[in-house]
Amino acid sequence: MSLGQSATPQGRVEGLGSAREGGEHWLAERVISAALLLLGAWLVASLFLLPSLDQRTLIEWLRGASGAVPMALFIVAAFKHALDGLKVVVDDYVHDEANRFALNTLLLFAAIGGASLALFALARIAFGGAA
Amino acid sequence: MATNASRPKVKADPKAGAKAEPRSDAGSTQGPHTRPRSPHLGVWRWGPHMLVSILHRVTGAGLAVAGLAMLVWWLTAIAGDAGGFSTFTAATVHPLGRIVLVGLTWAFFQHLLSGIRHMVMDSGSGFEIETNKRFAVLTLVGSLILTLLVWVPILGGMQ
Repeated sequence: MSLGQSATPQGRVEGLGSAREGGEHWLAERVISAALLLLGAWLVASLFLLPSLDQRTLIEWLRGASGAVPMALFIVAAFKHALDGLKVVVDDYVHDEANRFALNTLLLFAAIGGASLALFALARIAFGGAA
Repeated sequence: MATNASRPKVKADPKAGAKAEPRSDAGSTQGPHTRPRSPHLGVWRWGPHMLVSILHRVTGAGLAVAGLAMLVWWLTAIAGDAGGFSTFTAATVHPLGRIVLVGLTWAFFQHLLSGIRHMVMDSGSGFEIETNKRFAVLTLVGSLILTLLVWVPILGGMQ
């Protein structure tokens, strides 16, 4: 039984009580935030250090492992962090349970879709033929 | 009519009314013996910590929507043909695009610094009111300076 013990039999039937995942969820949000702190600093520093921001230079940059790997991690971390954050906003302001569920599901789809699109573009750059 | 007649008397002597109902202004900052009751969402003053708190949410939502949209557009433009990429760069030098990018840059740094502040507070530190306010002001000043550091050379180099 993954749910925490509710004090009463009815509470157990209704699935009340601690989910026993709150602490890990809270910590996971912060671990992602810390990762994004490093990856965000990497992205800003990289854009500064690149000799130019034209297409050829950017392709060269994202073809090497030192560009492509942190960028892939940045994409995953940024979309996960955005999903975590927007979910908190939805949970705070959308009080109707059905609307909240629908919005959170849409957010999940949008985040996975956006991250996949970004990763696909990155893969095309990294593994593509001559530009 | 009796109640209407009695109203001017209360207005004429507000202190008497306050004495009769000592809890009527429990949330205000005036009055020596009143304490704030929680939650008191209608009675508050702006402070740097409150501003930074709501800005964290606003900048986060802005970055999540507009910032990630720009990231996806940028990456797909790099992956695509030269025409698509020049459409992207044309958008970034357009005045409206500049405004969006400067705004996103500021939002990024504000959210980042405010996020560091939240991590410190998550550890249980920085809750003393003066420390808390000072840290909040630091995030505002820091995000402004970092945004200027990024954009002054770019916009200055155009001329």
